[in-house]
Amino acid sequence: MSEPRDPVMASGPHGPVTTSEPRDLVVVGAGPAGMAAAATALDGGLRVVLVDSGAAPGGQFWRHPPLHAQGTLPTAGLHHGLRTYRALRATLSAHRRTGRLTLLLNHHVWTTAREDDGFTVHAVDRTRAPEERPVVLRAPALLVATGAYDRQLPFPGWDLPGVLTAGGLQSLLKGGGVVTGRRVVLGGTGPFLLPVAAALAARGAEVVAVCEAAAPSAWLRHPVPLLRNPAKWAEAARYGGTLARHRVPVRTRTAIVGAEGEQGRVAVVRTASLDVDGSPLPGTERRIEADTVGVGWGFVPQLDLLLPLGCDLADAGDGTMATAVDDGQRTTVPGLYTAGETCGVGGAALAVSEGRVAAVSVLTDLSAPGLPNARRLAAERAAVARHRAFARAMAQAHPLPPAWPAWLTDDTPVCRCEEVTAGAVRSAHADDAASDHRQVKQLTRAGMGWCQGRMCGPAVHCLVSARDQPYVPAERLIATPVTLGALADSGETTSDHT
Amino acid sequence: MTAATAFTVDGEPLPFIPGQTLAAALVASGRVAWRTTRGGQRPRGIFCGIGVCHDCLVTVDGTGGQRACLVQARAGMAVTTGETDDE
Repeated sequence: MSEPRDPVMASGPHGPVTTSEPRDLVVVGAGPAGMAAAATALDGGLRVVLVDSGAAPGGQFWRHPPLHAQGTLPTAGLHHGLRTYRALRATLSAHRRTGRLTLLLNHHVWTTAREDDGFTVHAVDRTRAPEERPVVLRAPALLVATGAYDRQLPFPGWDLPGVLTAGGLQSLLKGGGVVTGRRVVLGGTGPFLLPVAAALAARGAEVVAVCEAAAPSAWLRHPVPLLRNPAKWAEAARYGGTLARHRVPVRTRTAIVGAEGEQGRVAVVRTASLDVDGSPLPGTERRIEADTVGVGWGFVPQLDLLLPLGCDLADAGDGTMATAVDDGQRTTVPGLYTAGETCGVGGAALAVSEGRVAAVSVLTDLSAPGLPNARRLAAERAAVARHRAFARAMAQAHPLPPAWPAWLTDDTPVCRCEEVTAGAVRSAHADDAASDHRQVKQLTRAGMGWCQGRMCGPAVHCLVSARDQPYVPAERLIATPVTLGALADSGETTSDHT
Repeated sequence: MTAATAFTVDGEPLPFIPGQTLAAALVASGRVAWRTTRGGQRPRGIFCGIGVCHDCLVTVDGTGGQRACLVQARAGMAVTTGETDDE
């Protein structure tokens, strides 16, 4: 890789964050939405802080190793839409050189608060982890672009070592150059399984099967959004070509319904064809030897920073709740904006467009001089509408199979942290009338462990709630664990660091 | 592999490529689990890979509760595994 030296990506210790430089906007999350939002806001004349927990800009979709490692951990061929990524990075670099952009990588934001004149963002700098240095940022406007994470449905054996989320396999590959395992089976639903399979196959893993629960014909019921998004066709065709070249079979209406281990690692995957309602068809079960499994059932918007600020949510149409926004990506909290998967899962192209639209709203609301011309904004808004329509079609074509709990046994762990079984969750529902994941948590401890229900929440919700109710995540006051020392310091260091 | 590109896991050197996280280096060496749960002593290791699930916790230079998938490996770090998830 011959990436030019790029100050935006420069690593190494940076000095304490000082507030002597006033800032107009804090953007949390440097994925497609956050990068695009920051670039547009900077071009419009704002002073921006862009904060991300990762070691390089890009988020999950454009995850890259840190700059110093991009020669030894090549990512060639793993990415899609890199032209946009490089353009955004170049824009951010230029603004960083002029001092208008402060880019804080390896910074974990653990909470935000609304003040009279804007927002306070509390982060810890983990550049020298496990050391944590508190950082406090203030700005009149806050844009949250924290993305999403894989939605999981448990199955017997899903907690065996070697079973990962599909996104986990992808992040190890894109961020660390690591192919997990030798024989891989992927399962779940949604178009994301295909790039994961293609990337693993291209890097030498034997992808034995991709089990897609949906029926391919589901797409044909939504011809208009498909026809209006030709770029998605091209992307799918590229992955399809890679899979065909590596002879990776994609089995539709098929799910991973169990996994069995040997010597502390997954060794066999059980798959089954699914009936229309998603229940496994008797007699269709197959056993496939594999040392690695990747599973994903779409994504859950990451709302941890948004919920405590009190903004309204809206049904995303895919079983999850997302942030309610107006056509300028404004939340119901003044000064708070959000873009990308936090507004409903829809992919990177949508996230980029929403990021730009959100930044234009910030520019407008702060009366900044540099608004882009009306025609460009109209084009971005049209792109948002087109991609949103595609996302809705995608959600309808890749639903959670309603009968998925049929493949659980009573002793299947649902909550990985607290080891709460499906049987315990079911009896909390049947015997104690628990009808949402919060009540189940109080009764069984499901969702009370380290991950705070981020992994099991959607599944517990499906097991106990009415069918059409979307999953509303629990409000978590601390979005990411921080040391008590950092907590104690965060109040005092405000004056030093901000 | 020189010490310049290794950290230790329970005292044993583990090589890494600069830029990798602790989890990436562990997975590259063939390990996918490195601790056990408190209740059932079930093995846990890499799962979500992006800092959400907390399955991959390790102790780094004496500080517990570190997500191996988020911590960039540095030469000379002392990683200990086998955490049970007592908070």
